[in-house]
Amino acid sequence: MTIAPESLGAPALSPLAPSPSPLAGLASVLDRPGPPLWLLAELTYRCPLHCVFCYNPVDFARHGQELNTADWLRVLREGRELGAVQCGFSGGEPLLRDDLEELVAEARRLGYYTNLLTSGVGLTEARAAALKAAGLDHVQLSFQDSTKEVNDFLSHTRTYDLKQRVAKMIRDQGWPMVMNVVIHRLNIEHVDRIIAMAAELGAEYLELANTQYYSWAEVNRAHLLPTHDQLKRAEAVTDAWRERLAGQMKLFFVAPDYHEGRPKRCVNGWGSTFLNIAPDGTALPCHTAGMLPGLSFPNVREASLREIWFDSPGFNRFRGTGWMKDPCRSCEHRERDLGGCRCQAYMLSKDVDAADPVCSKSPHHHLVQAAVADAERRAVTGEPPAQPIVFRDRASSLKLTPCGSSGAGQSSN
Amino acid sequence: MTAAPTSAPATGGAALADDPAWAAAVPRIGRSFRFQWEPVQNCHVLLYPEGMVRLNQSAGEILNRCDGQRSWAAIIASLEKAFATSGLAGDIAAFAGMARQQRWVEWD
Repeated sequence: MTIAPESLGAPALSPLAPSPSPLAGLASVLDRPGPPLWLLAELTYRCPLHCVFCYNPVDFARHGQELNTADWLRVLREGRELGAVQCGFSGGEPLLRDDLEELVAEARRLGYYTNLLTSGVGLTEARAAALKAAGLDHVQLSFQDSTKEVNDFLSHTRTYDLKQRVAKMIRDQGWPMVMNVVIHRLNIEHVDRIIAMAAELGAEYLELANTQYYSWAEVNRAHLLPTHDQLKRAEAVTDAWRERLAGQMKLFFVAPDYHEGRPKRCVNGWGSTFLNIAPDGTALPCHTAGMLPGLSFPNVREASLREIWFDSPGFNRFRGTGWMKDPCRSCEHRERDLGGCRCQAYMLSKDVDAADPVCSKSPHHHLVQAAVADAERRAVTGEPPAQPIVFRDRASSLKLTPCGSSGAGQSSN
Repeated sequence: MTAAPTSAPATGGAALADDPAWAAAVPRIGRSFRFQWEPVQNCHVLLYPEGMVRLNQSAGEILNRCDGQRSWAAIIASLEKAFATSGLAGDIAAFAGMARQQRWVEWD
């Protein structure tokens, strides 16, 4: 998987957020949760890339066997019966599954809007045509360096050629051109060129998603966290392009919560919209929830999606506001941000029930401020981070997560 | 991605109603959208890359007729007949202008 979790959950970008149209809008929170409108099938953690900001779990190499085709087909049927309308195929790199076309065809037949989230690595003209024939509605092409030379992000010819080729395949198949770039300290100075490249490739939508610090991005946070100035410049550049490209490309700049002092809803609200199925069949309310200790999440091999969504303790754990403690419990914004991200709360405070420390009211907010201050300081001194950057690969995964340390919530089969 | 459609070239509904060519245009669902009935939500929706617009009943009835075969004039007639009423042209023009702006529908 190559995009930030923000892509699926940020309020500004929330796929299912209330539309400005008076004709639209989601039902407000009900006693019984609504359907999981978004089903994300993470088909595999295998990936040809080694992105330093990947949000696959750091312990991905210790996860169990991937679901087989029949299991996935059943998951798709059960999700659609529950009312899911959007189906995303991601990973890892979903193109590594050779049953992708079969899964897309079934999803389309069931009435999902089908989305393929890919780096494009492995997409051929024949495969694009087969996916189109299967009914694939949309490809989200993410940009990132396919090599370990992060600093060569844009100048790397191979990456550029690949994106050119894949963009042409997307155009040829008549898919909307939707691109995603994860923004961080190592590429934020290139935002101008990134947007120019996307425009050149015919992007209709471009999402500039500031890195969210989970999983591999958290391991590499000191390398990836930009300064306030960098963010402000990048946003100004984006605003200027947005005006220039009005009517041609829609540009989304997903603000980074570390710098905002305000938490964001976790995937539009825990267990409210989003249902993520990990490669081994673990059902999760968000991509990274498996890291949370004390919670257990069912596996689709053992339970139906209906039981999982409505009745499992894991999915019910942070629904609504009843679980909150102060400062969230008495906060005027509690319905708006729902306490922010549970994973971020746990990662920074070691307390799954704490307020998201990006919130200025959080007793742990100083930890976020310290990280930002460190980024500012090193921008002045030029001092490199103490830890070397870690690329997302199998060896690093095994090294960072000694046997038995795998996320408490993950199914081990 | 992606956000609910918010901005597009400005062609307001009012301007549309003043355009005599408008009623003859034959609208179809926009290229990036899929229109369908959702039993679980009990409404029509428009689906687009990673997003959804829930439609109220009127919007659903109008878009259900934007099949690339019928003109706006025919759609107005059909709706007036279906709901045994008249004088819908103004409201439908306003909706059509907004829907085109959002790219829910397109026409040549």
